[in-house]
Amino acid sequence: MTEFLAQNGSLLVQGTLETLYMTLVSTLLAYLIGTPMGVLLTITKPGALAACPRFNGIFSWIVSILRSLPFIILMIFIIPFTRAVVGTSIGCTAAIIPLTLSAAPFVARMVESSLEEVDKGVVEAVKSMGATNWQIVTRVMLVESIPSLLRGMSISTITILGYTTITGAVGAGGLGNLALRFGYQRYQSDVMYATILLLILLVCIIQSIFEVVARHADKRNR
Amino acid sequence: MIEIQNLTKIFHDKTGTVTALQDVSTTIQDKDIFGIIGMSGAGKSTLLRCLSMLEEPTSGKILLDGQDISTLKGAAQRQARKKMGVVFQGYNLLMQKTVAENVAFPLKLEKYDPKAVESRVQELLSLVGLADRASAYPAQLSGGQKQRVALARALASQPSVLLCDEPTSALDALTTQSVLKLLSDINHKLGVTIIIITHELEVVHSICNRMAVIDESRIVEQGDTKAIFECPQSPIAKLLLGKENC
Repeated sequence: MTEFLAQNGSLLVQGTLETLYMTLVSTLLAYLIGTPMGVLLTITKPGALAACPRFNGIFSWIVSILRSLPFIILMIFIIPFTRAVVGTSIGCTAAIIPLTLSAAPFVARMVESSLEEVDKGVVEAVKSMGATNWQIVTRVMLVESIPSLLRGMSISTITILGYTTITGAVGAGGLGNLALRFGYQRYQSDVMYATILLLILLVCIIQSIFEVVARHADKRNR
Repeated sequence: MIEIQNLTKIFHDKTGTVTALQDVSTTIQDKDIFGIIGMSGAGKSTLLRCLSMLEEPTSGKILLDGQDISTLKGAAQRQARKKMGVVFQGYNLLMQKTVAENVAFPLKLEKYDPKAVESRVQELLSLVGLADRASAYPAQLSGGQKQRVALARALASQPSVLLCDEPTSALDALTTQSVLKLLSDINHKLGVTIIIITHELEVVHSICNRMAVIDESRIVEQGDTKAIFECPQSPIAKLLLGKENC
Protein backbone atom coordinates (compact mmCIF):
# COMPACT_ATOMS: atom_id res chain seq x y z
CA MET A 1 0.00 0.00 0.00
CA THR A 2 2.74 2.45 1.08
CA GLU A 3 4.78 1.40 -1.88
CA PHE A 4 1.85 1.86 -4.23
CA LEU A 5 1.18 5.36 -2.90
CA ALA A 6 4.85 6.31 -3.11
CA GLN A 7 4.90 5.22 -6.72
CA ASN A 8 1.57 6.56 -7.90
CA GLY A 9 0.44 9.01 -5.20
CA SER A 10 1.47 12.21 -6.89
CA LEU A 11 -0.01 10.97 -10.16
CA LEU A 12 -3.35 10.29 -8.51
CA VAL A 13 -3.40 13.64 -6.69
CA GLN A 14 -2.63 15.44 -9.92
CA GLY A 15 -5.33 13.48 -11.73
CA THR A 16 -7.88 14.32 -9.06
CA LEU A 17 -7.04 18.02 -9.16
CA GLU A 18 -7.26 18.05 -12.96
CA THR A 19 -10.64 16.33 -12.87
CA LEU A 20 -11.92 18.79 -10.27
CA TYR A 21 -10.60 21.73 -12.29
CA MET A 22 -12.32 20.58 -15.48
CA THR A 23 -15.55 19.72 -13.66
CA LEU A 24 -15.92 22.90 -11.64
CA VAL A 25 -14.93 25.37 -14.36
CA SER A 26 -17.13 23.63 -16.96
CA THR A 27 -20.10 23.52 -14.58
CA LEU A 28 -19.73 27.21 -13.81
CA LEU A 29 -19.50 28.16 -17.51
CA ALA A 30 -22.33 25.79 -18.45
CA TYR A 31 -24.56 27.50 -15.88
CA LEU A 32 -23.60 30.94 -17.18
CA ILE A 33 -24.84 29.89 -20.63
CA GLY A 34 -27.55 27.42 -19.60
CA THR A 35 -29.39 29.53 -17.01
CA PRO A 36 -30.54 32.25 -19.42
CA MET A 37 -31.47 29.48 -21.89
CA GLY A 38 -33.57 27.76 -19.22
CA VAL A 39 -35.24 31.05 -18.30
CA LEU A 40 -36.07 31.68 -21.97
CA LEU A 41 -37.46 28.16 -22.36
CA THR A 42 -39.72 28.73 -19.35
CA ILE A 43 -41.03 32.24 -19.88
CA THR A 44 -41.77 31.92 -23.59
CA LYS A 45 -44.10 28.94 -23.13
CA PRO A 46 -47.75 29.47 -24.08
CA GLY A 47 -49.50 31.25 -21.22
CA ALA A 48 -46.24 32.10 -19.45
CA LEU A 49 -44.75 35.48 -18.60
CA ALA A 50 -43.46 36.43 -22.05
CA ALA A 51 -45.43 33.91 -24.07
CA CYS A 52 -44.05 33.39 -27.56
CA PRO A 53 -45.05 29.87 -28.60
CA ARG A 54 -43.40 29.94 -32.02
CA PHE A 55 -40.00 30.97 -30.64
CA ASN A 56 -40.41 28.50 -27.78
CA GLY A 57 -41.10 25.63 -30.17
CA ILE A 58 -38.02 26.33 -32.29
CA PHE A 59 -35.74 27.04 -29.35
CA SER A 60 -36.84 23.93 -27.49
CA TRP A 61 -36.14 21.90 -30.62
CA ILE A 62 -32.61 23.36 -30.93
CA VAL A 63 -31.88 22.55 -27.29
CA SER A 64 -33.02 18.97 -27.83
CA ILE A 65 -30.85 18.58 -30.92
CA LEU A 66 -27.80 19.89 -29.08
CA ARG A 67 -28.48 17.48 -26.23
CA SER A 68 -28.71 14.49 -28.52
CA LEU A 69 -25.20 14.95 -29.96
CA PRO A 70 -22.92 12.26 -28.47
CA PHE A 71 -20.29 14.02 -26.38
CA ILE A 72 -17.31 12.34 -28.01
CA ILE A 73 -18.53 13.39 -31.48
CA LEU A 74 -19.12 16.97 -30.35
CA MET A 75 -15.68 17.08 -28.81
CA ILE A 76 -13.97 16.11 -32.06
CA PHE A 77 -16.37 18.14 -34.19
CA ILE A 78 -15.50 21.43 -32.46
CA ILE A 79 -11.73 20.98 -32.30
CA PRO A 80 -11.16 23.95 -34.68
CA PHE A 81 -13.32 26.13 -32.42
CA THR A 82 -11.50 24.92 -29.28
CA ARG A 83 -8.17 25.66 -30.92
CA ALA A 84 -9.35 29.15 -31.83
CA VAL A 85 -10.42 29.90 -28.27
CA VAL A 86 -7.76 28.21 -26.14
CA GLY A 87 -4.90 27.96 -28.64
CA THR A 88 -4.70 24.17 -28.40
CA SER A 89 -7.08 21.23 -28.47
CA ILE A 90 -5.09 19.11 -26.01
CA GLY A 91 -5.11 19.34 -22.22
CA CYS A 92 -7.49 20.16 -19.41
CA THR A 93 -8.20 23.77 -20.34
CA ALA A 94 -8.99 22.76 -23.91
CA ALA A 95 -11.40 20.08 -22.64
CA ILE A 96 -13.42 22.75 -20.83
CA ILE A 97 -14.73 24.10 -24.14
CA PRO A 98 -16.52 20.94 -25.37
CA LEU A 99 -17.56 20.10 -21.79
CA THR A 100 -19.23 23.50 -21.40
CA LEU A 101 -20.92 23.43 -24.79
CA SER A 102 -22.20 19.93 -24.24
CA ALA A 103 -23.48 20.62 -20.74
CA ALA A 104 -25.15 24.00 -21.43
CA PRO A 105 -28.31 22.59 -23.08
CA PHE A 106 -28.52 19.96 -20.34
CA VAL A 107 -28.28 22.72 -17.73
CA ALA A 108 -30.95 24.68 -19.62
CA ARG A 109 -33.37 21.76 -19.17
CA MET A 110 -32.46 21.41 -15.49
CA VAL A 111 -33.08 25.13 -14.89
CA GLU A 112 -36.30 24.95 -16.88
CA SER A 113 -37.67 22.13 -14.73
CA SER A 114 -36.77 23.99 -11.53
CA LEU A 115 -38.46 27.18 -12.70
CA GLU A 116 -41.55 25.22 -13.72
CA GLU A 117 -42.01 24.29 -10.06
CA VAL A 118 -42.40 27.92 -8.98
CA ASP A 119 -45.97 28.53 -7.81
CA LYS A 120 -47.92 30.31 -10.60
CA GLY A 121 -49.98 32.05 -7.94
CA VAL A 122 -46.91 33.70 -6.48
CA VAL A 123 -45.87 34.92 -9.93
CA GLU A 124 -49.36 36.35 -10.41
CA ALA A 125 -49.31 38.03 -7.01
CA VAL A 126 -46.05 39.76 -7.85
CA LYS A 127 -47.34 40.69 -11.28
CA SER A 128 -50.35 42.33 -9.65
CA MET A 129 -47.94 44.48 -7.61
CA GLY A 130 -46.69 46.02 -10.82
CA ALA A 131 -43.39 44.13 -11.14
CA THR A 132 -41.66 44.01 -14.54
CA ASN A 133 -40.91 40.65 -16.16
CA TRP A 134 -37.21 41.14 -15.40
CA GLN A 135 -38.03 41.67 -11.71
CA ILE A 136 -40.29 38.62 -11.70
CA VAL A 137 -37.57 36.42 -13.20
CA THR A 138 -34.64 37.68 -11.12
CA ARG A 139 -36.35 38.32 -7.79
CA VAL A 140 -39.07 35.69 -7.72
CA MET A 141 -38.58 32.76 -10.09
CA LEU A 142 -34.82 32.36 -9.68
CA VAL A 143 -35.03 33.01 -5.91
CA GLU A 144 -38.05 30.87 -5.04
CA SER A 145 -36.51 27.93 -6.89
CA ILE A 146 -33.05 28.09 -5.26
CA PRO A 147 -33.34 24.75 -3.39
CA SER A 148 -34.47 23.00 -6.57
CA LEU A 149 -31.79 24.74 -8.65
CA LEU A 150 -29.13 23.56 -6.19
CA ARG A 151 -30.34 19.97 -6.38
CA GLY A 152 -30.29 20.22 -10.17
CA MET A 153 -26.77 21.62 -9.97
CA SER A 154 -25.57 18.54 -8.11
CA ILE A 155 -26.92 16.35 -10.91
CA SER A 156 -25.28 18.57 -13.55
CA THR A 157 -21.93 18.64 -11.76
CA ILE A 158 -21.81 14.87 -11.42
CA THR A 159 -22.85 14.40 -15.06
CA ILE A 160 -20.05 16.74 -16.14
CA LEU A 161 -17.64 14.85 -13.89
CA GLY A 162 -18.60 11.73 -15.83
CA TYR A 163 -17.89 13.50 -19.12
CA THR A 164 -14.43 14.60 -17.97
CA THR A 165 -13.36 10.97 -17.90
CA ILE A 166 -14.24 10.72 -21.59
CA THR A 167 -12.06 13.73 -22.40
CA GLY A 168 -9.24 11.63 -20.94
CA ALA A 169 -9.45 9.53 -24.09
CA VAL A 170 -8.14 12.42 -26.20
CA GLY A 171 -5.37 13.40 -23.83
CA ALA A 172 -7.09 15.91 -21.58
CA GLY A 173 -5.65 14.54 -18.35
CA GLY A 174 -7.58 13.84 -15.20
CA LEU A 175 -8.59 10.57 -13.59
CA GLY A 176 -10.21 9.19 -16.74
CA ASN A 177 -6.95 9.60 -18.60
CA LEU A 178 -5.07 7.80 -15.80
CA ALA A 179 -7.49 4.89 -15.78
CA LEU A 180 -7.18 4.55 -19.52
CA ARG A 181 -3.39 4.80 -19.73
CA PHE A 182 -2.53 2.59 -16.76
CA GLY A 183 -5.47 0.26 -16.59
CA TYR A 184 -6.21 -0.31 -20.27
CA GLN A 185 -2.97 0.36 -22.07
CA ARG A 186 -0.44 -0.85 -19.47
CA TYR A 187 -2.49 -3.51 -17.66
CA GLN A 188 -1.79 -1.86 -14.30
CA SER A 189 -5.15 -2.56 -12.82
CA ASP A 190 -4.25 -1.26 -9.32
CA VAL A 191 -4.00 2.30 -10.64
CA MET A 192 -7.28 1.86 -12.46
CA TYR A 193 -9.02 0.68 -9.31
CA ALA A 194 -7.56 3.61 -7.39
CA THR A 195 -8.95 6.08 -9.92
CA ILE A 196 -12.37 4.42 -9.76
CA LEU A 197 -12.29 4.67 -5.98
CA LEU A 198 -11.37 8.35 -6.21
CA LEU A 199 -14.18 9.01 -8.68
CA ILE A 200 -16.70 7.33 -6.36
CA LEU A 201 -15.42 9.47 -3.51
CA LEU A 202 -15.69 12.66 -5.59
CA VAL A 203 -19.26 11.88 -6.60
CA CYS A 204 -20.28 11.15 -3.00
CA ILE A 205 -18.66 14.32 -1.68
CA ILE A 206 -20.22 16.54 -4.36
CA GLN A 207 -23.63 14.97 -3.74
CA SER A 208 -23.40 15.47 0.04
CA ILE A 209 -22.22 19.05 -0.18
CA PHE A 210 -25.11 20.03 -2.47
CA GLU A 211 -27.59 18.13 -0.32
CA VAL A 212 -26.53 20.03 2.82
CA VAL A 213 -26.45 23.41 1.07
CA ALA A 214 -29.86 22.85 -0.56
CA ARG A 215 -31.45 21.80 2.71
CA HIS A 216 -29.98 24.79 4.46
CA ALA A 217 -31.15 27.15 1.72
CA ASP A 218 -34.75 25.89 1.74
CA LYS A 219 -36.92 27.99 4.06
CA ARG A 220 -40.10 26.01 3.39
CA ASN A 221 -39.70 23.24 5.94
CA ARG A 222 -38.56 24.64 9.21
CA MET B 1 -64.71 55.16 -7.43
CA ILE B 2 -64.77 52.11 -9.64
CA GLU B 3 -67.25 51.89 -12.48
CA ILE B 4 -67.63 48.59 -14.26
CA GLN B 5 -69.44 49.08 -17.55
CA ASN B 6 -70.89 46.24 -19.63
CA LEU B 7 -67.97 43.97 -18.85
CA THR B 8 -67.90 40.76 -20.89
CA LYS B 9 -65.24 38.08 -20.84
CA ILE B 10 -65.29 35.15 -23.22
CA PHE B 11 -62.66 32.40 -23.04
CA HIS B 12 -61.78 30.40 -26.15
CA ASP B 13 -60.33 26.97 -25.76
CA LYS B 14 -60.22 23.69 -27.64
CA THR B 15 -63.63 22.60 -26.40
CA GLY B 16 -65.31 25.80 -27.56
CA THR B 17 -66.11 29.15 -25.98
CA VAL B 18 -67.00 29.85 -22.38
CA THR B 19 -68.69 33.07 -21.40
CA ALA B 20 -67.40 33.84 -17.92
CA LEU B 21 -68.87 37.33 -17.63
CA GLN B 22 -71.85 38.68 -19.54
CA ASP B 23 -72.59 42.40 -19.60
CA VAL B 24 -71.64 43.06 -15.98
CA SER B 25 -72.14 46.64 -14.75
CA THR B 26 -71.82 48.05 -11.26
CA THR B 27 -70.40 50.99 -9.38
CA ILE B 28 -68.28 50.80 -6.25
CA GLN B 29 -68.02 54.00 -4.23
CA ASP B 30 -64.88 55.10 -2.38
CA LYS B 31 -64.55 53.53 1.07
CA ASP B 32 -67.17 50.89 0.32
CA ILE B 33 -66.68 47.34 1.48
CA PHE B 34 -68.24 45.69 -1.52
CA GLY B 35 -69.05 42.00 -1.46
CA ILE B 36 -69.42 39.92 -4.61
CA ILE B 37 -71.05 36.61 -3.87
CA GLY B 38 -71.84 33.66 -6.11
CA MET B 39 -71.58 29.91 -6.47
CA SER B 40 -68.37 28.45 -7.83
CA GLY B 41 -68.21 28.83 -11.59
CA ALA B 42 -70.51 31.86 -11.55
CA GLY B 43 -67.73 34.12 -12.87
CA LYS B 44 -66.74 36.00 -9.73
CA SER B 45 -63.06 35.07 -9.90
CA THR B 46 -62.91 36.17 -13.53
CA LEU B 47 -64.39 39.50 -12.47
CA LEU B 48 -61.66 39.93 -9.87
CA ARG B 49 -58.97 38.92 -12.36
CA CYS B 50 -60.27 41.58 -14.74
CA LEU B 51 -60.24 44.16 -11.94
CA SER B 52 -56.66 43.28 -11.00
CA MET B 53 -55.61 43.42 -14.66
CA LEU B 54 -54.52 39.80 -14.75
CA GLU B 55 -57.13 39.18 -17.43
CA GLU B 56 -58.14 41.47 -20.27
CA PRO B 57 -61.90 41.71 -20.76
CA THR B 58 -63.37 40.86 -24.17
CA SER B 59 -65.44 44.04 -24.11
CA GLY B 60 -66.60 46.68 -21.67
CA LYS B 61 -64.74 49.10 -19.43
CA ILE B 62 -63.39 49.28 -15.91
CA LEU B 63 -63.00 52.89 -14.83
CA LEU B 64 -60.81 53.58 -11.79
CA ASP B 65 -61.35 57.23 -10.88
CA GLY B 66 -62.37 57.89 -14.47
CA GLN B 67 -59.45 56.09 -16.14
CA ASP B 68 -60.14 52.91 -18.13
CA ILE B 69 -57.68 50.38 -16.70
CA SER B 70 -58.87 47.38 -18.69
CA THR B 71 -56.90 48.19 -21.83
CA LEU B 72 -53.69 49.47 -20.27
CA LYS B 73 -50.38 47.97 -21.35
CA GLY B 74 -46.74 48.01 -20.23
CA ALA B 75 -45.57 50.73 -17.87
CA ALA B 76 -49.00 52.39 -17.59
CA GLN B 77 -50.51 49.06 -16.54
CA ARG B 78 -47.77 48.44 -13.98
CA GLN B 79 -48.37 51.92 -12.56
CA ALA B 80 -52.12 51.30 -12.29
CA ARG B 81 -51.50 47.93 -10.61
CA LYS B 82 -49.71 49.72 -7.79
CA LYS B 83 -52.96 51.51 -6.97
CA MET B 84 -54.59 48.16 -6.26
CA GLY B 85 -53.62 45.66 -3.63
CA VAL B 86 -54.64 42.04 -4.18
CA VAL B 87 -55.14 39.36 -1.51
CA PHE B 88 -55.50 35.76 -2.68
CA GLN B 89 -57.17 32.70 -1.21
CA GLY B 90 -53.86 30.80 -1.29
CA TYR B 91 -51.89 33.73 0.24
CA ASN B 92 -49.23 33.47 -2.52
CA LEU B 93 -46.39 34.56 -0.27
CA LEU B 94 -42.75 34.24 -1.29
CA MET B 95 -41.77 31.10 0.60
CA GLN B 96 -38.02 31.74 0.54
CA LYS B 97 -38.32 35.23 2.04
CA THR B 98 -39.06 36.34 5.59
CA VAL B 99 -42.30 38.02 6.62
CA ALA B 100 -40.57 41.43 6.58
CA GLU B 101 -39.04 40.76 3.14
CA ASN B 102 -42.44 39.76 1.79
CA VAL B 103 -44.03 42.99 2.98
CA ALA B 104 -41.07 45.03 1.72
CA PHE B 105 -41.18 43.34 -1.71
CA PRO B 106 -43.62 45.71 -3.47
CA LEU B 107 -41.77 48.71 -2.02
CA LYS B 108 -38.47 47.50 -3.46
CA LEU B 109 -39.79 47.31 -7.02
CA GLU B 110 -38.93 50.97 -7.43
CA LYS B 111 -36.04 53.12 -6.26
CA TYR B 112 -36.28 53.17 -2.50
CA ASP B 113 -34.71 54.40 0.70
CA PRO B 114 -33.85 51.35 2.86
CA LYS B 115 -34.67 53.16 6.10
CA ALA B 116 -38.05 54.35 4.87
CA VAL B 117 -38.88 50.80 3.70
CA GLU B 118 -37.88 49.36 7.06
CA SER B 119 -40.05 51.74 9.06
CA ARG B 120 -42.98 51.25 6.66
CA VAL B 121 -42.69 47.47 7.05
CA GLN B 122 -42.70 47.83 10.84
CA GLU B 123 -45.76 50.04 10.63
CA LEU B 124 -47.62 47.58 8.40
CA LEU B 125 -46.73 44.57 10.53
CA SER B 126 -47.98 46.35 13.64
CA LEU B 127 -51.18 47.18 11.79
CA VAL B 128 -51.84 43.47 11.11
CA GLY B 129 -50.61 42.42 14.54
CA LEU B 130 -47.48 40.55 13.44
CA ALA B 131 -44.70 42.91 14.52
CA ASP B 132 -43.03 40.13 16.52
CA ARG B 133 -42.88 37.70 13.55
CA ALA B 134 -40.91 39.94 11.15
CA SER B 135 -38.01 37.53 10.78
CA ALA B 136 -40.10 34.33 10.54
CA TYR B 137 -40.60 32.49 7.25
CA PRO B 138 -44.13 31.91 5.88
CA ALA B 139 -43.81 28.14 6.45
CA GLN B 140 -43.61 28.84 10.19
CA LEU B 141 -46.92 30.72 10.27
CA SER B 142 -50.53 29.60 10.60
CA GLY B 143 -53.06 30.21 7.80
CA GLY B 144 -54.50 33.27 9.50
CA GLN B 145 -51.05 34.74 10.06
CA LYS B 146 -50.12 34.12 6.43
CA GLN B 147 -53.21 35.96 5.28
CA ARG B 148 -52.27 38.87 7.57
CA VAL B 149 -48.84 39.02 5.95
CA ALA B 150 -50.49 38.96 2.53
CA LEU B 151 -52.73 41.80 3.65
CA ALA B 152 -49.79 43.87 4.92
CA ARG B 153 -48.00 43.22 1.61
CA ALA B 154 -51.05 44.26 -0.41
CA LEU B 155 -51.28 47.51 1.56
CA ALA B 156 -47.57 48.35 1.29
CA SER B 157 -47.78 50.56 -1.78
CA GLN B 158 -50.72 52.49 -0.29
CA PRO B 159 -53.33 51.32 -2.78
CA SER B 160 -56.70 53.05 -2.97
CA VAL B 161 -58.43 49.72 -3.60
CA LEU B 162 -57.94 46.34 -1.96
CA LEU B 163 -59.16 43.33 -3.96
CA CYS B 164 -59.71 40.16 -1.95
CA ASP B 165 -60.25 36.84 -3.72
CA GLU B 166 -61.87 34.42 -1.25
CA PRO B 167 -59.62 35.79 1.50
CA THR B 168 -61.06 33.60 4.26
CA SER B 169 -62.09 30.48 2.37
CA ALA B 170 -59.07 28.50 3.58
CA LEU B 171 -59.45 29.62 7.20
CA ASP B 172 -61.44 28.29 10.14
CA ALA B 173 -64.43 30.19 11.55
CA LEU B 174 -62.60 31.95 14.35
CA THR B 175 -59.65 32.99 12.19
CA THR B 176 -62.13 34.15 9.54
CA GLN B 177 -63.72 36.46 12.11
CA SER B 178 -60.39 38.00 13.10
CA VAL B 179 -59.31 38.53 9.47
CA LEU B 180 -62.67 40.12 8.66
CA LYS B 181 -62.39 42.40 11.66
CA LEU B 182 -58.93 43.40 10.49
CA LEU B 183 -60.28 44.17 7.00
CA SER B 184 -63.00 46.34 8.45
CA ASP B 185 -60.49 48.14 10.72
CA ILE B 186 -58.25 48.81 7.74
CA ASN B 187 -61.22 50.19 5.83
CA HIS B 188 -61.99 52.61 8.69
CA LYS B 189 -58.41 53.57 9.51
CA LEU B 190 -56.96 53.94 6.03
CA GLY B 191 -60.10 54.67 4.05
CA VAL B 192 -59.27 51.94 1.51
CA THR B 193 -62.04 50.70 -0.75
CA ILE B 194 -62.36 46.93 -0.31
CA ILE B 195 -63.83 44.50 -2.81
CA ILE B 196 -64.35 40.96 -1.52
CA ILE B 197 -65.13 37.99 -3.72
CA THR B 198 -66.58 35.14 -1.72
CA HIS B 199 -68.99 32.25 -1.62
CA GLU B 200 -69.53 32.65 2.13
CA LEU B 201 -72.67 34.53 3.12
CA GLU B 202 -71.22 35.17 6.56
CA VAL B 203 -68.39 37.24 5.12
CA VAL B 204 -70.72 39.54 3.20
CA HIS B 205 -73.16 39.77 6.06
CA SER B 206 -70.59 40.74 8.67
CA ILE B 207 -68.54 43.43 6.92
CA CYS B 208 -69.89 44.46 3.49
CA ASN B 209 -72.05 47.56 3.28
CA ARG B 210 -72.91 46.89 -0.35
CA MET B 211 -73.05 43.68 -2.34
CA ALA B 212 -73.71 42.08 -5.70
CA VAL B 213 -74.91 38.57 -6.48
CA ILE B 214 -73.39 36.87 -9.52
CA ASP B 215 -75.08 33.93 -11.15
CA GLU B 216 -74.34 32.34 -14.51
CA SER B 217 -71.95 35.12 -15.58
CA ARG B 218 -74.34 37.98 -14.80
CA ILE B 219 -74.99 40.25 -11.86
CA VAL B 220 -78.53 39.30 -10.93
CA GLU B 221 -78.92 41.57 -7.94
CA GLN B 222 -77.03 44.40 -6.25
CA GLY B 223 -77.56 46.98 -3.55
CA ASP B 224 -77.30 47.52 0.21
CA THR B 225 -76.33 44.36 2.03
CA LYS B 226 -79.01 44.90 4.67
CA ALA B 227 -81.80 45.32 2.15
CA ILE B 228 -80.79 42.27 0.14
CA PHE B 229 -80.43 40.10 3.23
CA GLU B 230 -83.87 41.22 4.41
CA CYS B 231 -85.67 40.86 1.15
CA PRO B 232 -83.80 39.28 -1.76
CA GLN B 233 -85.39 39.73 -5.20
CA SER B 234 -83.58 37.29 -7.49
CA PRO B 235 -84.31 33.56 -7.32
CA ILE B 236 -80.66 32.69 -6.68
CA ALA B 237 -80.33 35.18 -3.80
CA LYS B 238 -83.55 33.85 -2.31
CA LEU B 239 -82.15 30.36 -2.56
CA LEU B 240 -78.80 31.37 -1.05
CA LEU B 241 -80.44 33.18 1.84
CA GLY B 242 -83.14 30.63 2.42
CA LYS B 243 -85.89 33.22 1.97
CA GLU B 244 -87.93 31.76 -0.81
CA ASN B 245 -91.22 33.20 0.40
CA CYS B 246 -90.11 36.80 0.79
